[in-house]
Amino acid sequence: MVAACFLRKGSTALAGLLLLSFGSLAASQIEDQTEQFFRSGHTNNWAVLVCTSRFWFNYRHVANTLSVYRSVKRLGIPDSHIVLMLADDMACNPRNPKPATVFSHKNMELNVYGDDVEVDYRSYEVTVENFLRVLTGRIPPSTPRSKRLLSDDRSNILIYMTGHGGNGFLKFQDSEEITNIELADAFEQMWQKRRYNELLFIIDTCQGASMYERFYSPNIMALASSQVGEDSLSHQPDPAIGVHLMDRYTFYVLEFLEEINPASQTNMNDLFQVCPKSLCVSTPGHRTDLFQRDPKNVLITDFFGSVRKVEITTETIRLQPDLEIMESRYKKEWMDEELMEPLKYAEQLPVAQIIHQKPKLKDWHPPGGFILGLWALIIMVFFKTYGIKHMKFIF
Amino acid sequence: MAVALPLVLLVLLLSGRVGGGHAEPPRDSLREELVITPLPSGDVAATFQFRTRWDSELQREEVSHYRLFPKALGQLISRYSLRELHLSFTQGFWRTRYWGPPFLQAPSGAELWVWFQDTVTDVDTSWKELSNVLSGIFCASLNFIDSTNTVTPTASFKPLGLANGTDHDFLRYAVLPREVVCTENLTPWKKLLPCSSKAGLSMLLKADRLFHTSYHSQAVHIRPVCGNARCTSISWELRQTLSVVFDAFVTGQGKKDWSLFRMFSRTLTEPCPLASESRVYVDITGYNQDNETLEVNPRPTTTYQDVILGARKTYAVYDLLDTAVINNSRNLNVQLKWKSPPENGYVHYQPAQDRLQPHLLEMLIQLPANSATKVSIQFERALLKWTEYTPDPNHGFYVSPSVISALVPSTVAAKPVDWEESPLFKSLYPVSDSSSYFVRLYTEPLLVSLPTPDFSMPYNAICLTCTVVAVCYGSFYNLLTRTFHIEEPSTGGLAKRLANLIRRARGVPPL
Repeated sequence: MVAACFLRKGSTALAGLLLLSFGSLAASQIEDQTEQFFRSGHTNNWAVLVCTSRFWFNYRHVANTLSVYRSVKRLGIPDSHIVLMLADDMACNPRNPKPATVFSHKNMELNVYGDDVEVDYRSYEVTVENFLRVLTGRIPPSTPRSKRLLSDDRSNILIYMTGHGGNGFLKFQDSEEITNIELADAFEQMWQKRRYNELLFIIDTCQGASMYERFYSPNIMALASSQVGEDSLSHQPDPAIGVHLMDRYTFYVLEFLEEINPASQTNMNDLFQVCPKSLCVSTPGHRTDLFQRDPKNVLITDFFGSVRKVEITTETIRLQPDLEIMESRYKKEWMDEELMEPLKYAEQLPVAQIIHQKPKLKDWHPPGGFILGLWALIIMVFFKTYGIKHMKFIF
Repeated sequence: MAVALPLVLLVLLLSGRVGGGHAEPPRDSLREELVITPLPSGDVAATFQFRTRWDSELQREEVSHYRLFPKALGQLISRYSLRELHLSFTQGFWRTRYWGPPFLQAPSGAELWVWFQDTVTDVDTSWKELSNVLSGIFCASLNFIDSTNTVTPTASFKPLGLANGTDHDFLRYAVLPREVVCTENLTPWKKLLPCSSKAGLSMLLKADRLFHTSYHSQAVHIRPVCGNARCTSISWELRQTLSVVFDAFVTGQGKKDWSLFRMFSRTLTEPCPLASESRVYVDITGYNQDNETLEVNPRPTTTYQDVILGARKTYAVYDLLDTAVINNSRNLNVQLKWKSPPENGYVHYQPAQDRLQPHLLEMLIQLPANSATKVSIQFERALLKWTEYTPDPNHGFYVSPSVISALVPSTVAAKPVDWEESPLFKSLYPVSDSSSYFVRLYTEPLLVSLPTPDFSMPYNAICLTCTVVAVCYGSFYNLLTRTFHIEEPSTGGLAKRLANLIRRARGVPPL
């Protein structure tokens, strides 16, 4: 009896234990499911990195953009998904004492230009119009793929802009500016065309917070390096190069990103704390009210890293070409080619031929509307003045 | 089951035989070459050429199997019906006067010229689309090419490859001089190479060394060439060339020792396995001269002599596919040393200090025979203080003449001088060596006109200022400080009283 009692107790204990384990399993499953709910549903990542300043003394803006480019590439976004716009060339600038390099730390510690950079829009191509066309996708049909933002409704896009700005505008190349209203409208166009899933907008300019004040599309999170009325300051000059190398905010963001690897779980709240007033002198700001998830659930790698779908298969794949088809094709080609008569190279400077060639006349088009009308008017006036009787001498 | 097994085995054997049949010889080949030329000015030029030749008819059918020929360019040729394409990116200018003639020069910026096939109907549209596609491939702003900077040359730019007719309607040429060349243009250029930058000569292509140069030019040339000896078939040739000129002063502190390591910061470790030929040529035309100034290390096993650009040149050849030159334990680092020429000069220069001492320049030069040597000095004219001018400053100022002291070889041996016996005109200079005589010559003095100030100006200025001050200020002063009061006319003097007396006597009213 006691044994049965024990047995029953044991079985109940066992059952209890099993129930407990099942319960905990179920609880962890529910936790997983809720976490999945808070995780971003994006399938690909894009980055649009813009430097809007020209001239050698704005070296730091190019270095800012290139350090974000470097971090983003390191964390997994491939060049085909990055649109990099640099308004001036600092690396091969004649004033650069070390050509083909752009440094972010003084004493030339870190070359953010690297050996593998692909700049999509450079020099005069960085204009407000091109930037807005890239964002909204309304590009001329002959634009190559590397210059397009081919995002869809499951894309997370990182947009980073730096340069000189003011209250409500950002200056492009010292000749034009983009206002915060235009930017907000561009993002709304993107939302309506379903060109993004979530968007992270970072701006490092003076009075940067004014640029995100007017956003009204959902799923946008914004960070800026300074509030309205404050200037963003530069970090440190390098005596050998002679200019300031980085801006403070992006310098500390770069240091923060260097700690991140593709598997890290750091979230956006850490990014908001990156540059306190003691280091940055200006007060960085952020805006999360349009964003649906809680920033503490948003991973840094959701925007700076890349999602890659990897399928693992255990079957073997043969890489040998199908030689039968190739053999027959080659044989056919050999036969055809032997029938042609021998060809020759062109003479590079055939003087006699050049002297005696007639310049090709452009195709003659009949005169267009305006000239025709003008002549008609002149003839009409002539005949009205001098009478119709002269007509028989003309025709 | 047992029957099926041997059947399966049989099938496998058969397929195995077909699969393992003799492979067709590959239809494309790669040759790579590096030519190092020491230039007369002490700099050194390096020219890389990577040539991929592909025996294929790109026009006729859809090719989908690309091996060495890059797919990006192959698709361009078939899509836009190109006959030839020449695209170059250059930074700097080839200074022919100091460096000699170049192998292949390109204009600063980006240059694109293309021959289209006769089958193209709208050349301008194809040209615009082609420049857009190329701007995406090479990360350059070639999309700025449009009708405002495109021309159709009629006399030059004939096709460099096979051509059966040259209707210049199918040629387009454009140059973008503002285009910058940097790493982002080099990276896609390197990716077109079969061995990328992992093996062979392309390992030397590092951006931080290649852009620290006086001249950097990279180009892509595509053209059809003869496929066989009788030229009855066409094969496509892709040449990628890169020329750089390393500045002796910037990269070497003026020393003229060159090596691959010093130029590219790395050495050659292995040839490109896909290349059928991989060679380094070093121009040693200056090697076998009397003073033997150039030395090449390691000693070349073969040399190549030919007439290049109108002059006979000798090249040392290093074949990277030869295991004696490169193998697993040996890198190839070609070194060029200039054996120090005999001490030829002495220069002493003492710069001037204002109002203390003049310039002094002394040079000892060995003049080559049958030549003209010109020595010139630039100087600047400065303003003197006004008290330092002579009373006749418009005459100018004199610069003392230069002195040449020379030891001139004489054709006839001279006898030693006997001071007492020989005439006075022979014993002006002591003669120590009978094979040459000493002579001292002078040049003309130089009269330099300096800017002369107008010395009468202070007097004029003082006069004018004083007049203006006196007239304007004086008037104001008077107006402000003088008080005016009305004056009663006086009642009359003696003359008036006498006149009134006479008038009263006449009966006329008084004054």
